[in-house]
Amino acid sequence: MYPSELKYTKDHEWARIEGKTATIGVTHFAQDSLGDVVFIDVPATGTVVKQFAKFGEIESVKAVSDLFSPLGGKVVEINAEAKSNPELVNKDPYGKGWLIKVELSDPGQAGGLMDAGTYKKLINEP
Amino acid sequence: MVPFGGWEMPVQYRQGIISEVRSVRDSAGMFDVSHMGRIEFSGPGAQGFLGTVLSVDMAALGQGRSKYHVICDEQGGIIDDAIVYRLHPDCFLLIINAGNADADLAWLLPRAERHAVSSLRPGPDRGQGEAGAGQAGAPGVAVRADVLTQRVAMIAVQGPKAVETVDRLSAGAASAIRRFSIGSANVAGVPCRLGRTGYTGEDGFEIMPPAERAAELWARLGAEGVAMCGLGARDVLRLEAGLLLHGNDMTVENNPVEAGLERFLFLDGPGYVAAAALKRRLAHGTPRVLVGFKMTGAGIARHGMNILSRIPAPAQAEGRGAGEKPAGERIGSVTSGTHSPTLDAAIGMGYVDRRFSAQGTRFDIDIRGKLVEAEVVPMPFYSRKR
Repeated sequence: MYPSELKYTKDHEWARIEGKTATIGVTHFAQDSLGDVVFIDVPATGTVVKQFAKFGEIESVKAVSDLFSPLGGKVVEINAEAKSNPELVNKDPYGKGWLIKVELSDPGQAGGLMDAGTYKKLINEP
Repeated sequence: MVPFGGWEMPVQYRQGIISEVRSVRDSAGMFDVSHMGRIEFSGPGAQGFLGTVLSVDMAALGQGRSKYHVICDEQGGIIDDAIVYRLHPDCFLLIINAGNADADLAWLLPRAERHAVSSLRPGPDRGQGEAGAGQAGAPGVAVRADVLTQRVAMIAVQGPKAVETVDRLSAGAASAIRRFSIGSANVAGVPCRLGRTGYTGEDGFEIMPPAERAAELWARLGAEGVAMCGLGARDVLRLEAGLLLHGNDMTVENNPVEAGLERFLFLDGPGYVAAAALKRRLAHGTPRVLVGFKMTGAGIARHGMNILSRIPAPAQAEGRGAGEKPAGERIGSVTSGTHSPTLDAAIGMGYVDRRFSAQGTRFDIDIRGKLVEAEVVPMPFYSRKR
């Protein structure tokens, strides 16, 4: 439920870092707490996002939550499939439910993120 | 589980709200609605009394029939919406919202007492909630109120397969109850009253078993494939069906004319307390009115969001983006809104300045600082297949 190769934030986002690019989404814990996701609001490609700053919103049937970026950089791709089928975030939060891809401004920022073990402790997951 | 009107209620079960909504629209779902207030009013004065406090033609309410209506105060403000059934010639069942139960009873019971007292003969002792017992065997204008909420549970079974499912468990007795009527049947061996009504826009029943047998009935319904559904699904379904929620779409600050409920008003009952105020409203019209809308832009409207008139044309011609323009005039606010899985669209209700209430009118909704367009559409948004 919390892949070991990913990095995590306290606001329940994950990042998959591959060289200078990171794919970003929300964790299993996030989608479970939110309930059925019905709307995703992410910035257009080209937008600059800052580490730990709000970059968008994710909305479920009953509530809306802010999205905070695990890493800073430029948005190079957004997941159009998830935008039109928000249920993908619930069904496959680490795969088809990814939200944005970012070209990193400072790969060193990854040091400020949690590994899977630390994140699982945070959410009281055995 | 969340606190709701003094009760602990589930927002959803394991499957999630969207799955629960689909179950109700495609087959059958059930809701534990035991939290809703239920009061029996009985006695020779009951019909007359209820005619003074409910917007219902009580004399015309047939045996076993129901009427959706509003309970209004003397200023025409909506205290609650409710359903009343005639169980027997002198016995009525009133079903009210859980969140308003205390307030409704505080308003209704003293009026029941006063109605009974108006030509009361002194009686021995007064039971709880009982007004004016009179001497044994003596005719009077007695009105007895019996609050059933703790003793009788209520499970709503709703959906295209609801009636056939309850029928299977009641040897065909359920389907003998007409739409908007109430009857009795043994459902899975549990003696119940069943009202053929609901809050979802589907056919089905509100089944009333004794409280101590409710869990058993719930399990038997589940075994028949009826999906468990919580408050989240309930709210989506009723909104899709264009049904109002007291506390959201109407409060005591609203009158039934602006809420679009004129067709549920009977104002000519003898002594009806809200008659004068509501007749004035009908005569003068209301500056604002409740409308249904569908989002045409990307976004979901929620309770409390401002509704703004569309940006006038000259600003658009200057080529500025829609979200960046100064807002138009505030013309109303959203009272309910959600994403509808059945319609695959975001829908909602809100009060708007009457000048902006015509079908097809477009306006903007301020969704957390971003203006997103919506269009007035007729309600209900969804109607069940007949």
